[in-house]
Amino acid sequence: MASVGGVAGEIPVTPHTEPLGKPPLRRHIADFVRRNEERGWRTVAWVAVMLPLAALVFAVSVLAVKAFPAIRVNGWYFLTGRTWTDGTGAYANTVYTDGVAHLEGARFGAWAIIWGTLASSVIAIVIAVPLSIGAAFALTERMPTWISRPLGFTIEILAGIPSVVIGLWGILTFGPWLAKNVYPLIADNMPDVPILRYFGNPHGSGEGLLTAGIVLALMIVPIIASTTRDLFSQVPPLPKEGASALGMTDWEVANKVTLPWVRSGIIGATVLGLGRALGETIAVVMIGGAILQIPRTIYQPMTTVAATILTQLDGAQTDGTGFYVATLAELALVLAVISVAVNLVARLIVNRTGRIHAPVGGA
Amino acid sequence: MMSSLTAAPATRRRRTATVTWRALTYGALLLIMAPAAWLLIGVVVRAWSHWRWSVLWTTLTPTGGGLRDQILGTLILMLGVFLVAGSVGVFAGIHLAEFTRSGKVSGRVSGPLRTASDILAGFPSIVLGYVGYVALVVGLGWSFSLLPAVIILSIMVVPYIAKTTENSLRQVPTGYREGAEALGMSSGYGLRKVVLKSALPGIVTGLLLALAIACGETAPLIYTAGFSYTLPHSLTHSQFPYLTYVVFNYYNDATVQKNYLSYDAALILVVIVLILLVASRIIVARTQRHSESARTATTGGRIFGRFRTDPTKTEPNIGPAIDDLPTT
Repeated sequence: MASVGGVAGEIPVTPHTEPLGKPPLRRHIADFVRRNEERGWRTVAWVAVMLPLAALVFAVSVLAVKAFPAIRVNGWYFLTGRTWTDGTGAYANTVYTDGVAHLEGARFGAWAIIWGTLASSVIAIVIAVPLSIGAAFALTERMPTWISRPLGFTIEILAGIPSVVIGLWGILTFGPWLAKNVYPLIADNMPDVPILRYFGNPHGSGEGLLTAGIVLALMIVPIIASTTRDLFSQVPPLPKEGASALGMTDWEVANKVTLPWVRSGIIGATVLGLGRALGETIAVVMIGGAILQIPRTIYQPMTTVAATILTQLDGAQTDGTGFYVATLAELALVLAVISVAVNLVARLIVNRTGRIHAPVGGA
Repeated sequence: MMSSLTAAPATRRRRTATVTWRALTYGALLLIMAPAAWLLIGVVVRAWSHWRWSVLWTTLTPTGGGLRDQILGTLILMLGVFLVAGSVGVFAGIHLAEFTRSGKVSGRVSGPLRTASDILAGFPSIVLGYVGYVALVVGLGWSFSLLPAVIILSIMVVPYIAKTTENSLRQVPTGYREGAEALGMSSGYGLRKVVLKSALPGIVTGLLLALAIACGETAPLIYTAGFSYTLPHSLTHSQFPYLTYVVFNYYNDATVQKNYLSYDAALILVVIVLILLVASRIIVARTQRHSESARTATTGGRIFGRFRTDPTKTEPNIGPAIDDLPTT
């Protein structure tokens, strides 16, 4: 009962207070947990990693099943056609094509929509990429940390601002400002020749393709700039210092050492930004005007795939045959395929360049 | 003498090139910073000129009122995303970082999983919203309501949370794992007590940023949550209020009061996002001050001047991985 042994100097051992007869339940549980904890972690983690996979399969199959009748009826006209109408009016008859019910006169050619998506994204990329590279350079190579940190944080904030807030600013403040102060300067001085005519008057009210493209650029700048900034700071200092020591100027170091080193990473970041621009919805709805047309000048309203899916849902529900909703599913499928392809390409490029190595002979 | 003569024009050209280059980089930075500052200040100014604090605690009416239930609705949505996407995303990240590494199959198993995660991250949010509408709101017979909205938002941000979790787990020094094993911890216990604990700041940062994304979403919510003036009592059968809808639908409303509410909602959203971003920043800063790698990196920084030697050391990859943001 009392301390074990009586040898002088030995530390008395406190005996176990639990009764020896029956094994304590608490200990059983503790042992069980100890033996099986890792298996538990593995199981839960496996389930968790499978859930997004299941969600992906589910989403794709829902889209495919829903869009199937629309794909069959619309055919290739969907990608190339220019007429987009859900029928001959509210009292249109229901007719059948290949066994699929739709309203008489329904014709869904999404070329103008796809065109608007590509045009606004291309404008965004053309503006955002040089700005991002320049800003990343200024931040990493030219500025002390106490300036570049807060500026970098501002870019992060820009990434976090809800797109609906950016859209609100774009349509109420930025668009009208551009239409008043910037667009007239461009439009009034454009000669009336084939391609440049597209930049001429009328320059509109600030609601349209160019404003949407510029605001999209602002939204993808954080993606491209932060990736580029990380890439720049991964370029080892010795080649840059060596180039400087050989007498190269800033521009030559940038052009001959830094940029070649990270070129494919920048391409990857650009494609990633493109993916974001293609899928942006709410800001484009607010700023682009969401009007179904191919604009005659770059300042006029247009629409994109994402914007159409959002704005046409109410109208689509009035189609009793459900064909319009199916067509929207086809549109969603097209958008998903484009942006997933773009994203996968980007990640392929970014992952491949994860290992930074000297660009041999690349000057 | 001769060499300086031949070098002179080239030098001038090179100097011009460098000065132009510097001017262009600063100009680019300015062209990004100016709109960003204008945007932030503009949102505040637009709302502040007519701000009433009662917006925070009165309910929305057809003619005006306040945004109490919309604010609460947005917070509830964030809570839901935190619970659903947080648990799924963190465990998925644990799986990707811890359980697919060892063994010969790792490449074969984790490859497709990661690709699936990447594909999902590239899905435009409006497409996910449409799927939610077709499958959950109509297909399952739920009407516009909270549950489909939380599910769709969660699907949207899970890849992002999984990615940040995986990254911060990979940043845990090997010594920690080996130390835990050397102390006789079972690997499950070591994972819980040592590895996860030291990766926690990074995981939390990822969660906060995911919440910032979730609270700013509009398009998928219009398709899944609908909208209402007040908080409903049902998870699946009544429409749900949130802030972004107010911004999107009231800014061009005929009533001035509703326009004001739209600007107020924008301001509140920006404040919520700022709080989340600053919180994540503070976590990063605190961890860096205490972490071993930060201290070594500081020394490296001193040796090499302003060139940072290894960015993975100065920033233990718990900053936002912006390239993984879901598209909106």
